Amino acid sequence: MTDEQWQAVFANYSNASFVELLRATSPHLLPALAPGAPDEGGHPTAPHGTTVLAVRYRDGVLMAGDRQATEGFQIAHRRIEKIYKADDLSGIGIAGAAGPSMEMARLFQTELEHYEKVEGEGLSLEGKANRLAQMIRMNLPAALQGLVVVPIFAGFEEKAGVGRIFKYDITGGRYEETEYFAQGSGGKDARDTLKKRYKKDMSKAEALSVALEAVLDAAEEDIGTGGPDLVRGIFPTVKTITRSGFGEVPDDEVRTACEALLAERRGQP
Amino acid sequence: MPLPYYVSPEQMMKDKAEYARKGIARGKSIVAIEYRDGALLVAENPSTLLHKISEIYDRIAFAGVGKYNEFENLRVAGVRHADLKGYSYSRGDVTGKALANAYSQALGNIFTQDIKPFEVEVLVVEVAEADGSKNEIFRILYDGTIEDERNYAAMGGQADEIRRFLKDNYREGLSLEEALQLGVRALMVTQNKALTERDLEVAVLDRAKERRRFRRIPPEALSQLLEGSK
Repeated sequence: MTDEQWQAVFANYSNASFVELLRATSPHLLPALAPGAPDEGGHPTAPHGTTVLAVRYRDGVLMAGDRQATEGFQIAHRRIEKIYKADDLSGIGIAGAAGPSMEMARLFQTELEHYEKVEGEGLSLEGKANRLAQMIRMNLPAALQGLVVVPIFAGFEEKAGVGRIFKYDITGGRYEETEYFAQGSGGKDARDTLKKRYKKDMSKAEALSVALEAVLDAAEEDIGTGGPDLVRGIFPTVKTITRSGFGEVPDDEVRTACEALLAERRGQP
Repeated sequence: MPLPYYVSPEQMMKDKAEYARKGIARGKSIVAIEYRDGALLVAENPSTLLHKISEIYDRIAFAGVGKYNEFENLRVAGVRHADLKGYSYSRGDVTGKALANAYSQALGNIFTQDIKPFEVEVLVVEVAEADGSKNEIFRILYDGTIEDERNYAAMGGQADEIRRFLKDNYREGLSLEEALQLGVRALMVTQNKALTERDLEVAVLDRAKERRRFRRIPPEALSQLLEGSK
């Protein structure tokens, strides 16, 4: 074995990365660098996901998202899921162009699982957040053509025993939020509500109510965001990430909380 | 110019096989046993950091005996194969059979083409869905020979004796506790010291779990299971 050969074993720190593996063996499966000029305003018509949010509470982080995908002024899909389990202790909420976002969430899940299996232990939360930032950066050329992917990443830090929330910009910039964040076309409206209603150390029920109110407000103000659909029985997705893992808040619980909020609003201007 | 030595191909293969078998026989053994809710893997392995049993994919586990760096390379190659396939098709399309075939090809090529064969044997275990289909256990030898096993499998140092023991004592529908007890007794057949939870590495493919079925059994839980079976 020559020096280069055995030294390469040490140089290859990304041995456990699925994305690097794809790049080496199957580059056609990676998001392609889109050819052509940057977007001149004529956005390609692709479905877009709209409002996702994450709130810290006593046990960790709660994530919620509406269920609507929008294509221009049309509703593309009524039941889309925007909050995905990334691994046992973290989740990703997708906002932006639905196709690339979902693909990135899937790639990110595989990336974390691959690392965990190859290395025998999971990445740190910080490591996961950075890895996602690098993947968003890979999407920059497509983002410049209108296919923006800007997820929220939230997870539970086992050592410190707290939930943490990260937001991103299209260049892969990574910013940590200490309390809450909402992203997407209705993100601004949801953030306004969260700003007023957020308290430190909320219980799960309080956090659920705050998060749903934020989604409701976003749905009222933003045409891209879907509210609870009482006729079809479609409610926002809500997930929790705590010490005991990534969990789902069942539809019945979400329905009850939504109905309570809507009842409060009845008769209001 | 000196003449190269002539060695008949037959002799060369014999020598390589003997070399590989000797290497494997020095190592400790591993057993795989099917039980009611999945498949159990038990290895004699005093190290808690260097694993012999690992997760490959949702329903697939890997176990290797022999030279650590060699089966570790095979394991990582298996994880890559499975993740690539699952990502480009779907999670359900990743099968133990395809993986076992890949191992068989790789080990077969190495055995015939390289000067030094791999001194390893590997097991690929795939637990069936809860729809009544069968679990699959593949044993792949150092020369690429592949065998599919039923109910139980053993490999490593004194695998033949262990297999004989399992053949006499295995029955269908074992509970996890019973299967573990059987596995530990099987590993003790070839030695006179008792094995405790500190000498064992145990993992299961648990059919009741969602998605990723592989689960290691930590020493505390293991000692409880072993206690309970006495």
